Order: sequence, then structure tokens, then C-alpha cells
Amino acid sequence: MTVKNKPSISFHMDVSDFLPAEESEKQSVDIMRESVSFWKGGFQRLVRNKLAMASLTVIILVMILSFIVPAFYPYSYEQQIRGSENLNIMEYSEAELARIEAGEKVFPHILGTDSLGRDMAIRIMMGSRISLLVGIVASAIILFIGSTYGAIAGYFGGKVDLIMMRIVDAIYTIPDILIIILLSVTLKHPLKSLAENVPGFSWIDTVGVGLISIFIVFSLLYWVGMARIVRGQILSLKEQEFVTAAKALGASHTRIIKDHLLTNCIGTLIVTTTLQIPSSIFTESFLSFLGLGVNAPMPSLGSLAAQAIGGMKSYPHRLLAPAIAISLIILSFNLLGDGLRDAFDPRLKN
Amino acid sequence: MSKLLLDIKNLRLSFFTPAGEVKAINDISLQMNEGDVLGIVGESGSGKSVTAYSIMGLVPFPGRIIDGTIDFNGHRINDMTEAELRQIRGNEVSIIFQDPMTSLNPVYTIGNQIREVILLHTDMNKEQANKRALELLTLVGINEPEKRLKQYPHELSGGMRQRVMIAIALACEPKLLIADEPTTALDVTIQAQIMELMMELKEKINMSIIMITHDLGIVANMCEKIVVMYGGKIVEAGTSDEIFYNPKHEYTKGLLRSIPKINAKKHEKLIPIEGTPVDMLNPPAGCPFAPRCDKCMKICLREMPEFTQVSESHKCACWLLQKEAFLASAGGEG
Repeated sequence: MTVKNKPSISFHMDVSDFLPAEESEKQSVDIMRESVSFWKGGFQRLVRNKLAMASLTVIILVMILSFIVPAFYPYSYEQQIRGSENLNIMEYSEAELARIEAGEKVFPHILGTDSLGRDMAIRIMMGSRISLLVGIVASAIILFIGSTYGAIAGYFGGKVDLIMMRIVDAIYTIPDILIIILLSVTLKHPLKSLAENVPGFSWIDTVGVGLISIFIVFSLLYWVGMARIVRGQILSLKEQEFVTAAKALGASHTRIIKDHLLTNCIGTLIVTTTLQIPSSIFTESFLSFLGLGVNAPMPSLGSLAAQAIGGMKSYPHRLLAPAIAISLIILSFNLLGDGLRDAFDPRLKN
Repeated sequence: MSKLLLDIKNLRLSFFTPAGEVKAINDISLQMNEGDVLGIVGESGSGKSVTAYSIMGLVPFPGRIIDGTIDFNGHRINDMTEAELRQIRGNEVSIIFQDPMTSLNPVYTIGNQIREVILLHTDMNKEQANKRALELLTLVGINEPEKRLKQYPHELSGGMRQRVMIAIALACEPKLLIADEPTTALDVTIQAQIMELMMELKEKINMSIIMITHDLGIVANMCEKIVVMYGGKIVEAGTSDEIFYNPKHEYTKGLLRSIPKINAKKHEKLIPIEGTPVDMLNPPAGCPFAPRCDKCMKICLREMPEFTQVSESHKCACWLLQKEAFLASAGGEG
């Protein structure tokens, strides 16, 4: 059965509804939406991403544990406690038990001790500190060199691009592990003598020769991936009208690259850098595992894992703890990187 | 008598592509006085935009000026270095692009982008620049300018963005504003507003405008002088009255015929110009329009005609005019 179209809703109207509207009433409709700034908007989107926030929490927690807690921790990473060798989780040595009986308070070895009687918990914290430092500093170096190099190659194009990218290709073909091993072996002595003999370079000793050579290796070899990604982006960006507009307004090459092109890559830069951090951490751990990383007694997660291999069957937690720490840090940075990309790429916003 | 602002003499510009040399501009000359509004009309690929870019020294790669000179406001543009060019770009000569959607950098606020030029070309500090940006936005008729300064390009409509582009272009009160099809990407009501705005601002700060378009309707109202380009050459130039009421070149006539008429009969069809534009890789020896011209003669295919002065301000390069002159003189003798 069909019913004739009738208005299904009846309006309750009265005469005053048809009076002309006041100017002030009109204005109330005309209120513009509050403008959200780039960082504010991005941050809001990031907060809404639960996975990214969880990763951020983990990263902050790891940072607190590795940078702040060691200062207050009752043991230090190189302190060898006689008689407390090879303790298991939460175990006390006889000497410590005696002290507890005497009424003294003894801080427990949460993760036991290693074969030299060093507290494992603090060593893992220090190891994470080294790993994070390497990851962040190396990624910053890679970001700086890679983006500058890639942007210059992409922007100028033509022969400049050709030559610059062939250099990148050449670096790509070098077997990186071989170079890393060679460099970190050969760099150690020059760096050491530099630190000892030249005034103003003594900071090398505090940072550690091993760490510096890792940074040098990273800055020599690992920027090429970043350079390629940035170049690709710049190649497509430089054809955009706003670049011509900037040129027409008298902007210099440096300004166009820095202010107009690289800022438009910010999403890519953020995500590539945050993804670079775990990869740097991984490489550092791997190098330390092979014994090429930081110098003893300074621990890193990789060297801790390497040392634990020997007693793997009797003390599996010594291997598991640094391994879990590495996995957790790497996973968190990867997830955070994804979240940041989703939040801060202005071109995804529309 | 107003001062000569722009003087282009015998400009030739080619793009050296892998496929060969593309002669984008083939021997054009034009002059412009201070305060003039000049319209450059022509279809796609006729060399309008390249002419404009070359005035700013912005010939895109692989293009190169091979001959001729461009003098602008006492500068010889073709001899200037990149650094010198940067000084005048945005300062003495500005350009508005066709597509306001892509001409603004998406990651900066409007205020930031207006400030950039001001800071680049003047000694103003950030605060003064901000004030100036606010002034400019008010000048181009944007409502609630304080708020707009903090907005990003994607938060504005096309018309708004074009207004912002105009504000940026006018920031340093240039002597010459080049408008490269400024209204093509906008709808008709906004077009009229933008054109009106440009004319208003021209009076206010006494600048000259070069208006590049393929829309004759736009130039008719605005421009005192019109240059018609075809195939990298100027085919006709004159005042707008002369071009509209007394067109001499067949191409100009064709263009005028193809405009929809408001008093047309119900099912009257538009009259297009038949054929396709010239292949600029192999430009014909003669008149570039000859292959599409109804009245094409033998000589048209062989040689490029010289300009015939129709009146003091009106000139046209067409063999038909030469023929008339020839017949007239022959008739006079015989």
C-alpha cells in the first residue's frame, strides 16, 4: 500500500520565528573554528594513538631507569663485590646474609650478580643507557648528514645529483660489517692518543673510545639510506608550485632547501629517524656482542648478552634480561615512530 | 609622460630537451610603461608564461635565453647573477601563480609565509613584519586577519589562498606584478572579486600589472594594452579597443569568435579555431598560425610576415595586411 507523500514531522512554529534576525544573532553563527597549530594538532593525534603512547611510556621508563636511577642505586656497575660472585635472582651471599642477621639493611641483587660479583641490575641499566645514547646520537648524526646530503642532491638535480648519488651507491656496496670491524679496530689507537696528547680532546676518554669510533662508523656509512629517502622526497617536492613561488619571491637556495623542502619532509624525517634509533641500537649491540663496541668495564646490552653466553644453562636470566631490554627498546621505538608519522605528517591531515 | 618600466627586445628563448630544441619564445619585443596594465593573451603553449618567468630570471631548466635583452627598471635582467636577481624578486617584481592550492607551502602558517618575504627584503623586525602582514591581509580583504595569520593553507578556500598569494606578492610594494592566469583555478564569482581587488590595489600603490591569460573576457575590462601571442611569437598588439573592435590577425579574430555570446540564439554553437597548436620542436618557417588559418596564402607557409602598423599603437604580423598594402601600392602605381 502506498501512502501519498506527506510531511511526516509537524513543526511547531510561531509568528516570532519569521521576524528578521538581529545582527548579533547572525554573528553567533559566524564564529570560526579555533585554529589548531601544527604541533598541538599532531600531539593530540599522537595522544589518541594508544600503541604509540604505550611505547612512549616504556621509552620514558627505560630512560628513567637508565639515566636517573643509577645515580641513586646502592651498587655501581664496575663495583666487584667479593664473595657475591654468580648469585642468582634475589639471592644473598653468605657475607651479606651475615650482615642482615646483624641487623644491617642490604639492598637485594634483583637480577643476581655476574661471575665477577657485579650487580646485574645496575649493569643492565647502564647497558641500556649506552644503547640509548648510541641510538639517539647516531640517529641524530645520520639525520643531519643524510638529510643535508639527500636534499642537496635532490634539489640541484642533474649532474650534481648524478655524482652525489653514485657516491652513495658506492658506499652502499661496501660490506658494512667488514668496514665497521676494520674502522673500530684501527680508530681505537688514534683516538686514544688524541685524547691523551691533544688538549681539548680529553672528553673522548670520558665518553669512551669505543663509543666514539661507533659514532664515526655510523656517520660514515649509515647515512646513505636516509640520503636516498630524502632525495626521493625532495625530487617530487621541488616540482611543487610553492617552491617556484618561493624562488619568485627571492628566496635563496639554502633557504628553499632548509625552510621549504626539508620541513615538508618532516613526517618522513621523523619516522625514518625514530626507526633509525632501534637499528642503531641493534648494530651497537651486535658490535658489542662481537667485542668491538664499548670498552670493559662499561657494559652495553650486547656485551652483557655476550658475557652471558658462557653460563647460559646455569644462569639463563643473565642472557634473557639484556635480550628482553633490547627487544623492548627496539619495539617501542618502532611503534612510536609509526605513531609519530601518523600524527605529524601534515599531508595526511586533510 | 610615464617612464619606461619594462623593455624586452628581440627575445629568443629555447628549451634544450633530449628531443631537440623547443623554441618557446621566438623573437618577441614588448615595452611597458609605469602604471600600465598589459594583457598577454594566447592559448596553452604559446609562450605567455615563459615570457613572464624570463622577466624574473626564472627560466626553468633546460631553458635558456639565446638572444635578446630584457631591461626592467634599470636592470639588465639577462646579465644579472642569481644573487642580484634574488634582490629584485619579490621586491621590485612579484608574481601570482595560477593555482593557489599549491603555491603556498602546506607546513607553514599564512602569517609565517607573508613574514618571510618581508623579513627577506626589508629591515623590519619580526614584530613590525607581523603588523605589516596584518595590514596586507586587511588590504586584500580577508576577514578576521588576526586569526588567519595563524592558520595553515589547507584551512583556507581557494579564493582566500589567492588573496593570500596577492598579499605576499604585494608585501614589498613591487613596481611590477605579474599575474599568471591568476583566476583560472577559481570559480567565476571569485574571479571577478580577485580582478577587482587587483585593480584597486594597483591604484593604491601605483604598480604595473602584466596579466597573462587565455580568457579574453578578463583582459577586456582590465588592460589598456593587449598582446596576442601564438607559437612563441607576438602576432598582434594594440590597445584593448583596437584588439576587440578592430582585430586584424586571423588568430585574434578566431579567438574573439570563440567567446560565448550572451545574446546568442538558443542552440547556436561556439566557433572553435580548428586544428592544433604548432609543434614547437619543428616550428614552421612561415607564420606559425598558417596551418590553421582559413585565409592561408602561399607566402604564409614560407616566410614570417613583418609587423604592419595599423595605427600608432596597433601592430599586426599578417601577410593579409601586407597584401592589402601591396595591392594598394600596385593599384596606385598602375
